[in-house]
Amino acid sequence: MDMKSMREYVCWLYYQYLLITGIYVLEPWEKSIFNTVLCTMVAMVIYTSYVFVPIHVRLALEFFSELVRGQPESTVALMNSP
Amino acid sequence: MIRADEHHLRNGTLKAHSDQKQQGSNSLKNGFHVAGKVQKNANGDSFHQPRVRGEDSFEEAPMYVAVLTYMGYGIVILFGYFRDFLRAVGLEKCHQAQEREEQKDFVPLYQDFENFYKRNLYMRVRDNWNRPICSLPGPVFDVMERVSDDYNWTFRLTGKTIENVINMGSYNYLGFAENNVDFLKTVAEETRQYGVGVCSTRQELGNLSIHENLEQLVAEFLGVESAMAFGMGFATNSMNIPALVGKGCLILSDELNHTSLILGARLSGATIRVFKHNNMQSLEKLLKEAICSGQPRTHRGWKKILIMVEGIYSMEGSLVRLPEILALKKKYKAYLYLDEAHSIGAVGPTGRGVTEHFGVDPNEVDVLMGTFTKSFGAAGGYIAGKKELVDYLRSHSHSAMYATAMSPPVVEQIIRAIKCIMGVDGTTEGQRRVRQLSENTRYLRSRLKEMGFIVYGNQDSPVVPLLLYLPGKVGEFSRAMLKRKIGVVVVGFPATPIAEARARFCVSAAHTREMLDKVLQNLDELGDHIRVKFSRRRPSHRQELYNETDFERDS
Repeated sequence: MDMKSMREYVCWLYYQYLLITGIYVLEPWEKSIFNTVLCTMVAMVIYTSYVFVPIHVRLALEFFSELVRGQPESTVALMNSP
Repeated sequence: MIRADEHHLRNGTLKAHSDQKQQGSNSLKNGFHVAGKVQKNANGDSFHQPRVRGEDSFEEAPMYVAVLTYMGYGIVILFGYFRDFLRAVGLEKCHQAQEREEQKDFVPLYQDFENFYKRNLYMRVRDNWNRPICSLPGPVFDVMERVSDDYNWTFRLTGKTIENVINMGSYNYLGFAENNVDFLKTVAEETRQYGVGVCSTRQELGNLSIHENLEQLVAEFLGVESAMAFGMGFATNSMNIPALVGKGCLILSDELNHTSLILGARLSGATIRVFKHNNMQSLEKLLKEAICSGQPRTHRGWKKILIMVEGIYSMEGSLVRLPEILALKKKYKAYLYLDEAHSIGAVGPTGRGVTEHFGVDPNEVDVLMGTFTKSFGAAGGYIAGKKELVDYLRSHSHSAMYATAMSPPVVEQIIRAIKCIMGVDGTTEGQRRVRQLSENTRYLRSRLKEMGFIVYGNQDSPVVPLLLYLPGKVGEFSRAMLKRKIGVVVVGFPATPIAEARARFCVSAAHTREMLDKVLQNLDELGDHIRVKFSRRRPSHRQELYNETDFERDS
């Protein structure tokens, strides 16, 4: 029963997507083209984020933590030098 | 204290909550006779007191709806370009008219946006319009079923009919589109006497005594000196405005006027200036400018200034601001042309139109125009006013001189409808219908607002536009309603602004409470399923209570 209502809900969500983007009025092959293009773009976005976002996040964290660590050192250096 | 109670109980059906709030702004706008009304109504009989009109509501949808609408149109237009490309390259057959090979080097005929829109957007959802009907357009009717094998380029009828579809699209405001034999006795007699064709114009041999009777009756009905009837409502506007104004005159017309008024204005050759819809400040500014600077190049005074407005605007359902326009007209010495196509018979306590609704003397409006198509269940139009005006039009109007006279059964139908509304035939059927229409209107509008739909217009107008906005939902709404056996009219671009597609309901006095309940229930379900309930206001539930108690008191 839960699977059926879930399936119905997903169908309704697809129907809403068709209505809102206006795809509902197009012929089936045009719908397929649009869905393919959209899914391809979404897949590319997901793939890019999967590959690159962890690396970028790690680099950013390293940069900021170095800035914070580097701050007391440089002020100490400034005080020590005459 | 007592006076306030009397006010509520007596006028519970005539006023809504919004009226109480709007008193301040109304009395500021027009020091005319609106300000003193509220106190008077409590003890006077409300039929003869001028009444305050409720405010028109033009609620705006949330921002995401506008964004999604434009996005939807953008995607479908992109696909339109793609399909046009395929047709141009030859990968796809072009079903529409095309220029011949020899003409390809000349100015293109089918490249403008209108043709592009028709080919690529309208064709896809075309099955929602021009549906063939096979019964009379009463409160329920039969629709012929048709299917398309090639995505709406061609249709074929399957032979089946969809029966008892509730009709929410016909302009059948008072329910006179009926084929009841008792009511149509006089029409049959007149047909037996006069036949159906007149075979002449009014000026030559087509002026039957029945036409004279009709015109006298229309003048009496409206409360003016004289009237003249024409065979076609559109022609009444487009052929008579050129007879009234010409070069050297100024026409100030509302933004949302009907095509017939615009055509008549353009044919006349007068200068046309447009003011914002129902906006009195805009109109006053135009009047001041016009009078100060005169005609465009010579700066001479204008020969005539004619203000053209409609009683009820059919796409918005809004009422004209008649008292304010009359005040402006008197102040600046202009003339007023009031097109009561949708409001005659449908508005006002006894069905006399917007002049009665506002408590205004109809002799103050210079030219009263209306049609017999909507509330009277016939065809044709009329122009009414002072005797000199109508006599002038009889000899100078194109429609009067060259168009064939109205057919006798149609004239008799109008006569019997007017007699019914006036109560001259001895029954109270007409008044019952007028009251039923206003009850139905208020019921439908208040329930739709409660459910959360965005509905435009004035609370008293029987034209109820329900906003859908998104292009995908427009087509689906109409099809789904037909599946549920309710026939609606949906309107999109170019009849409405591109971002405001709507479904337009026309309430009829012939609709029973059960029919309206069925429509409302289906709308409720469909609105949830499709998600078109965009309204962010939820009215208080006390309003329903007032309607209920008054209904019980009447019955």
